[in-house]
Amino acid sequence: MSDPTHLSLAEARDALKSKRLSAVELTQAHLDAIEKSRALNCFITETPELALSQARESDTRIARGEARRLEGLPLGIKDLYCSKGVRTTAASRILDDFTPTYESTVSANLLRDGAATLGKLNLDEFAMGSSNETSAFGPVVSPWRRAGDPDAKIVPGGSSGGSSAAVAAHLCLGATATDTGGSIRQPAAFTGTVGIKPTYGRCSRWGIVAFASSLDQAGPIARNVRDAAIMLRSMAGHDPKDTTSVDTPVPDYEAAVGASVKGRRIGVPKEYRIDGMSAEIAALWDQGAAWLKDAGAEIVEISLPHTRYALPTYYIIAPAEASSNLARYDGVRYGRREQGRDVIEMYEKTRATGFGPEVRRRIMIGTYVLSAGYYDAYYVRAQKVRSLIKRDFDEAFASGVDAVLTPATPSTAFAQGEKGAADPVEMYLNDVFTVTVNMAGLPGVAVPGGLAANGLPLGLQLIGRPFDEETLFSLAAAIELTAPKIERPRPWWREG
Amino acid sequence: MSVDSATVRRIAHLSRIAIDDSEVERLRGELNAILAFVETLSEVDIDGVEPLTSALPMQMKKRADVVTDGGICDDILANAPLREDHYFVVPKVIE
Repeated sequence: MSDPTHLSLAEARDALKSKRLSAVELTQAHLDAIEKSRALNCFITETPELALSQARESDTRIARGEARRLEGLPLGIKDLYCSKGVRTTAASRILDDFTPTYESTVSANLLRDGAATLGKLNLDEFAMGSSNETSAFGPVVSPWRRAGDPDAKIVPGGSSGGSSAAVAAHLCLGATATDTGGSIRQPAAFTGTVGIKPTYGRCSRWGIVAFASSLDQAGPIARNVRDAAIMLRSMAGHDPKDTTSVDTPVPDYEAAVGASVKGRRIGVPKEYRIDGMSAEIAALWDQGAAWLKDAGAEIVEISLPHTRYALPTYYIIAPAEASSNLARYDGVRYGRREQGRDVIEMYEKTRATGFGPEVRRRIMIGTYVLSAGYYDAYYVRAQKVRSLIKRDFDEAFASGVDAVLTPATPSTAFAQGEKGAADPVEMYLNDVFTVTVNMAGLPGVAVPGGLAANGLPLGLQLIGRPFDEETLFSLAAAIELTAPKIERPRPWWREG
Repeated sequence: MSVDSATVRRIAHLSRIAIDDSEVERLRGELNAILAFVETLSEVDIDGVEPLTSALPMQMKKRADVVTDGGICDDILANAPLREDHYFVVPKVIE
């Protein structure tokens, strides 16, 4: 078979099933692609021997007629998921050569279903960032380039930038990712891939390095809607080890791909038409609504009045939870340790050299808003505004809306160093359309809508009712069917 | 609200992050930029609104109070920067 990295996950599954391709051939083709693509810096740790031994087992199982759901399909794992026996870094120096003695529940679910794991994907340090520029292992370069501007290195989004770039560059069939304020959907939109953040509680958080526990959720990034649906079915499920994991059956999401969307009511929230929205983003949004209308859906304007407060609320709640979660990195039980005269100096020096600037900044903001005298003014107030943000969505869904359509990001991807250097808030604005979804615990999917005039991908976002990922897959598939096809970027980065 | 340099030092110490004197001004500017950004929340009417502590209404799950794990000392200590037998080693805490 010609280069198997051209296959989608679903096509590769079928090729393995019909024995037109072996799992070892499929995995080896991806390992070769990874080796030639180091210029993109997608992987922090490559695990070729592990992947090939998993592929060999898959070939044995396929020969015996015992193939599991993801048998022999090579995936990438965001380096925020603990992998048993494989160094796990969260893209931070503070974890040093931390090698977990356990496997995260979500990655264990993928292994249970027969997937092969190619390695650990780069990300923003502790998932804090929107461009993958805060990684201690260097930035990831997107396989996409601006038209007529081959010298600018484009960011793949963040925090799941290694995941989005690796999927877009065909280095893996799909990748795990996590989303606290947009970290699955924004990188998917920036790279012309599909990313879904499921409902809070749908995937177990156990064994995933914690950022902001009331917002964090695992999900896949894949090259099309069907592949994302296949991956999520394996990733989701109840886990007694995560008390917020929900004990409801996981549907066959793939069955929802291609289902009719006739009669579905789609809300278009007027507050998302923010000041200074580019004409291109506004046109994409209108186009997305028109595509769904052509597919038989009904478009209605809705109001989500507290939208503009979501990002400020996020920048209190997320750092507060992060400052608490990251207190565990003290140089005692694992990771880096700097010497000090006493235990306090040891903590302070370890954390000063171990954490990068963005992580230090967020820990300090979180510490401040939780400190005596400021707790009510900042943290409790933010939690109350969060109630109002969630109430906006509750009311929209109660009025009969099945899903909400918005742009995924306020712009296309930008080049390294272009944003946030002078003012951290400039970078935070990337998440203006995605962060509301984490606030309300809802599912959200980013699906490609076409290319902008600068040649870079643009994405649309659909937001659903709690645990109604199926409707999102149906609607996203309807958009995918009509939207201009995203071609594989020309592999300018390949060596040899 | 905005922070002064004494507050920056206090927050850094509460965060257990060592900072150089040369960093204080820059950090003060960055923290104040973020605090100015979140200031807009003060205009929201939150009278009678309950704080949201769980994204979705859910009962705290409880499990039987039984031992489900254990005997994994070596696993727990496997990544320790400094250990002795089955102990983590830290600088002297009590004089």
